[in-house]
Amino acid sequence: MRFSLSGVKLPHHKNTSKKSAVVMPAPEIVTIPMVQHIGAPAIPVVKPGDNVTVGQVIAECGGYVSTPIHSSVSGTVKKLEQIQSTNGNFCTAVVIASDGEMTVSDQIAPVSVNSYEEFITAVKNSGAVGFGGAGFPTSVKLDVKDTSRIDTIIINGAECEPYITSDTRTMIDDSDNVVEGLKLLNKFLKAENIIIGIENNKAECIKVMREKTAALPFVKVKSLKSIYPQGGEKVLIYNITKKVVPEGKLPIDVGVIVLNCTTLAAIAKYINTGMPVVSKCLTVDGSSVCNPQNVIVPIGTAISDVLDFCGGLKCEPGKVLYGGPMMGITVNDLSLPVIKNNNAILAFDQKDSKEPETTPCIRCGKCISQCPFMLNPVLISKAYREHDTEALEKLKVNLCMECGCCSYVCPTKQPLVQRNKLSKTMLRNAKNKEAAK
Amino acid sequence: MSNLIVSTSPHIHSKRTTTSVMLDVIIALVPAIIASSVIFGYKAFVLIAVSVAASVLSEWIFNLICKKKNTISDLSAVVTGILLAMNVPAKLPIWQMVIGAVFATVAVKGLFGGIGQNFANPAATARVMMVLSFGGTMTQFYFPMVDTTASPTPLAYIGAGALHKVPSTLELFLGLHGGSLGETCALALIIGGIYLLARKVITWHAPVAFIGTVFLFTWALGLPPVTEILTGGLMLGAIFMATDYSTTPLTKSGRFIFGVGCGLITVLIRVWGSYPEGVSFAILLMNILTPYIEKWTIRKPLGGAK
Repeated sequence: MRFSLSGVKLPHHKNTSKKSAVVMPAPEIVTIPMVQHIGAPAIPVVKPGDNVTVGQVIAECGGYVSTPIHSSVSGTVKKLEQIQSTNGNFCTAVVIASDGEMTVSDQIAPVSVNSYEEFITAVKNSGAVGFGGAGFPTSVKLDVKDTSRIDTIIINGAECEPYITSDTRTMIDDSDNVVEGLKLLNKFLKAENIIIGIENNKAECIKVMREKTAALPFVKVKSLKSIYPQGGEKVLIYNITKKVVPEGKLPIDVGVIVLNCTTLAAIAKYINTGMPVVSKCLTVDGSSVCNPQNVIVPIGTAISDVLDFCGGLKCEPGKVLYGGPMMGITVNDLSLPVIKNNNAILAFDQKDSKEPETTPCIRCGKCISQCPFMLNPVLISKAYREHDTEALEKLKVNLCMECGCCSYVCPTKQPLVQRNKLSKTMLRNAKNKEAAK
Repeated sequence: MSNLIVSTSPHIHSKRTTTSVMLDVIIALVPAIIASSVIFGYKAFVLIAVSVAASVLSEWIFNLICKKKNTISDLSAVVTGILLAMNVPAKLPIWQMVIGAVFATVAVKGLFGGIGQNFANPAATARVMMVLSFGGTMTQFYFPMVDTTASPTPLAYIGAGALHKVPSTLELFLGLHGGSLGETCALALIIGGIYLLARKVITWHAPVAFIGTVFLFTWALGLPPVTEILTGGLMLGAIFMATDYSTTPLTKSGRFIFGVGCGLITVLIRVWGSYPEGVSFAILLMNILTPYIEKWTIRKPLGGAK
């Protein structure tokens, strides 16, 4: 048995970990998309001209796998418009002109929760999604029907992406909500074994969490090696429990649930105060940013407004990312809004944005030895080029979590993870074609 | 429209490039180059320079003729040139050195598609070609510190049963005996190997398996194992040629098997073959098996359904 999964040592750049997050005042306009999660888009329940307050529901669940969306400011709904998100798809967004007052909705009050069912409903109403990046609705993840299936709950505080420190700050600044969340999990999910996994480059976080959870016998804080992608769900499960989530299965199938620490804090905050997810702690950093810091931003704020709040840009950026440098998504329009599962906005200067030149593969095998899932990226690339879907299936390309370690370590800068992504599509198309026959 | 770059993740990359890998190999070969110049005199250095120049020039011309993007800046031709020169005796005629270098670069590497595409180790293959073509000069070894005319290699002594003529272990370790330019000084080669391991250019699997197999096999046959691993091209082959990326398996377990195979074939040739030394042949034969070893040792993805 392997001690822990492979990965890469990255430069950490955790420049913003020492300062508490700053609350950003309401911008003039927020654009709140109806797709901020995996699943069905939320359905707007407001129309232009309506007055809204902070925390008011502006869109309801569009299905089981969905989440409600709340107004992040007080003001007037200006319009419902179609915006194009970074993946090219269009979605509806509610545009609200803020009155600058940030008046809280009169419906915001502590939520009474007495049973497992009520807890799941509360999680759903809180609007919580996986803040680690995937944006999977948390109520669906926790809705395991039978709580005896849960053996271990892992709270993900690994935060393995360089630059990002928003989870770090949540665990330090908002530790009371995290602890409340742990108690809720123990009470309503009957979780007797909760492990908080934190990378060992965050000593302060580990210390705070250990102190705060000292009185909770069902909680353990585990210090993990700072190796990317430590915070990947399946990687974390393996490194903490040594359990392997088989292909096509969910963590709950091996008795494990992984929750992001900030998601947990958001659930606790909702149950204790009634305030749903209306803002998000973001790390704003990168070589183009004047004052790198963590900012608590109302959902729907334009990226350009967030960057302006951080003192603007030193120079024209080459790349602006939603998320970290390993898995983040490039943005081509700074008017795009901040959404729930954003945890960072990074702006890099031209030099840092330069794409490296690709040279022929020298078969060094580094992509293989660094892959946490023991995949063979160089062979997947070969099969992809040959359109060999049978080989892609055998090479288990679908297990790729797209962490990007292979592309990072490659001395010849081959677009390996990019080909893995394309291979998955190729394989899916081939299977669909087969099914259609 | 904004001028922002849109690309897929990851947005950062390691500093390693092909050129930096090759530069590390060259740095690792520096102790051996110095040792060969000390042991065999200036002629050794001239041969290395000629071999490097011929390799680089022939790769440049080859790419020009084939209208391919020029690849000499990746320094792999320099590595091939040095390694080939390490495999020849000090008094080899210059023109033979040039032919060997051109053969290694063009016939073994270039014609198969250039860097990363060749299935056989250029230096090992060119050495085999030279032994077969220039049998006289390629097997005339010298040890100028003692005898400037001719001095058989320790392996030749062992082959002839003249064990008393084999130099002492210390002399073997320091390379004070006849042989090819770069193969005699085990100390210099081991220093280079440690450097490559520390820089993570190579993994320990192939060299340790190769040297270990030769040690155990010759020991089992009643031969002096320490002498066997310190003589001939073993150290050079195990550290610098059995770790060549293009021609050895991608997987670590595959590299181990590759090393064991090289060790077995080397001993078979040394003990029962008609040549006193078999390292180049062993590497070449195992190069051919590389795709199969790779197939057998491919890692099973974590969580993959049957």
